[in-house]
Amino acid sequence: MIDAFALLLTILVLVTAGWIAVARDTRAVVFGFIGYGLLLSLVWVLLSSVDVALTEAAIGGGATGILLLRVAARLKVEPHPAPGRAMRISVGVLCAIVTAALAAIVLTLPDPAPSLAPLTAEHLASTELGNPVTAVLLAYRALDTLLEIFVLLLALIGVWSLGADRYWGGAPAEWNTGMPAPALAFLARILPPFGIVFAAYLFWVGADEPGGKFQASTILAAMWLLVVMAGILPMPQTGGRRIRAALAIGPVVFIAIGFAGIPMAGGFLAYPEGFAKPLIILIEAALAFSIVAALTLLVAGPAEQAPRS
Amino acid sequence: MSTVTLFGLCGAGLVGIGLYGLIIHPEPLRKLLAFNILGGGVFLLLGVIARRAAAAGFDGDPVPQAIVITGIVVAFSATALAATLLLKLSDAGKPDGDAS
Amino acid sequence: MSLGLNIFTVLMVSAGAFFFLAGTVGLLRFPDPLTRLHALTKADNLGLGLVILGLLPQTVSLLGGLKLVLVWVLVQIGSSAASQLLARLALRRP
Repeated sequence: MIDAFALLLTILVLVTAGWIAVARDTRAVVFGFIGYGLLLSLVWVLLSSVDVALTEAAIGGGATGILLLRVAARLKVEPHPAPGRAMRISVGVLCAIVTAALAAIVLTLPDPAPSLAPLTAEHLASTELGNPVTAVLLAYRALDTLLEIFVLLLALIGVWSLGADRYWGGAPAEWNTGMPAPALAFLARILPPFGIVFAAYLFWVGADEPGGKFQASTILAAMWLLVVMAGILPMPQTGGRRIRAALAIGPVVFIAIGFAGIPMAGGFLAYPEGFAKPLIILIEAALAFSIVAALTLLVAGPAEQAPRS
Repeated sequence: MSTVTLFGLCGAGLVGIGLYGLIIHPEPLRKLLAFNILGGGVFLLLGVIARRAAAAGFDGDPVPQAIVITGIVVAFSATALAATLLLKLSDAGKPDGDAS
Repeated sequence: MSLGLNIFTVLMVSAGAFFFLAGTVGLLRFPDPLTRLHALTKADNLGLGLVILGLLPQTVSLLGGLKLVLVWVLVQIGSSAASQLLARLALRRP
């Protein structure tokens, strides 16, 4: 039987997505996208994937939302010709066919479903972690996590390369000009202590319960951005030594531990017996620095001020 | 029909809606939003596969869940790069001014 | 005892849901941003407060109840700052 709440949530998600796809006002749609991200994280909770729900709320709803809000605010609106009715109908039919094909696949998924859960559970004890998702991310598929931090850094380099040459190494454009509102300064003084405590808790508890470094780093990046928005701290210089060290330390530590695994445990990113959990915590801590810096700088954008030397 | 299958259909619907928005809108920012909806739908399908594969005392197969977490972060990086490209595209062809 | 607690939960959460409904109706029907903000604060403060009050008997530990109240406090902080900022913007751009 279908749970009534799940049905209501599905309808809400589909209607919101449909509204985002067809509405006319771009700024309203970006606000709606943030709400849609939170609805989607509720769906993830109902699918018993709490780690994914946390990540979706933090990165999918929050970080993407503020990124797109900033773009929508700074974008110069250019008139575009709207597509004609025939185009809309034919594209609608095409998308309906795609949806129907996927729905047919969903309804005919194999039963019982093949699963990697028993394999995961088998070796979980040797990693000393209680959360299987963290074990998959940092022990079984650590290579994926390494490549993921590479992708973050490559995207950041791509964003930086879009700034003008003469600004290379400078700070991104200031968030607002003039005096920040007192309410914002109040928020930026009250929230960061909460944020830091929550982030530390999420980071530590990610070993045994849902949580982990991505969600913790997103909260810290959000606190940093809030403080910059309120004018308490200036935008960080993209060429600054400390920020570049923070960006580099994650992948460097990860690769070093990976290569150290070759002589000590027989393969790249293999952990020696008994040292798995300390090494994993070390990798997570180093990665947290890089992810915080990368997320903040990705939202802040390319350098648009001359570098202070 | 169970709750999990319902969410699978929701994911399929999101893919269709995202694809529609991606093709139909001429403005790049709307395409970017629709692309994110498309990605969300695909992740939801993976989540349904993870939930159906609950075994060995876990509530869901952890491997697809980890893949979705990685996917959300990668999608955010791509969105950030695309958003910056958007801004530079709308600035292209205009005289360089100093932003302060 | 548990029946009384459940009745209390249902009553409080329903009252909270009513205030959310009232806030949403106000958001849709009021003429300008300042009055809409006024309607939204009813949903945020009173609605959420009643829902959390109703959920408190259902928590299994004191820590869980404290976390719920902390959620309400944080929403208060965030929404009050956001209302101030929105009102400032609304006054600047009539």
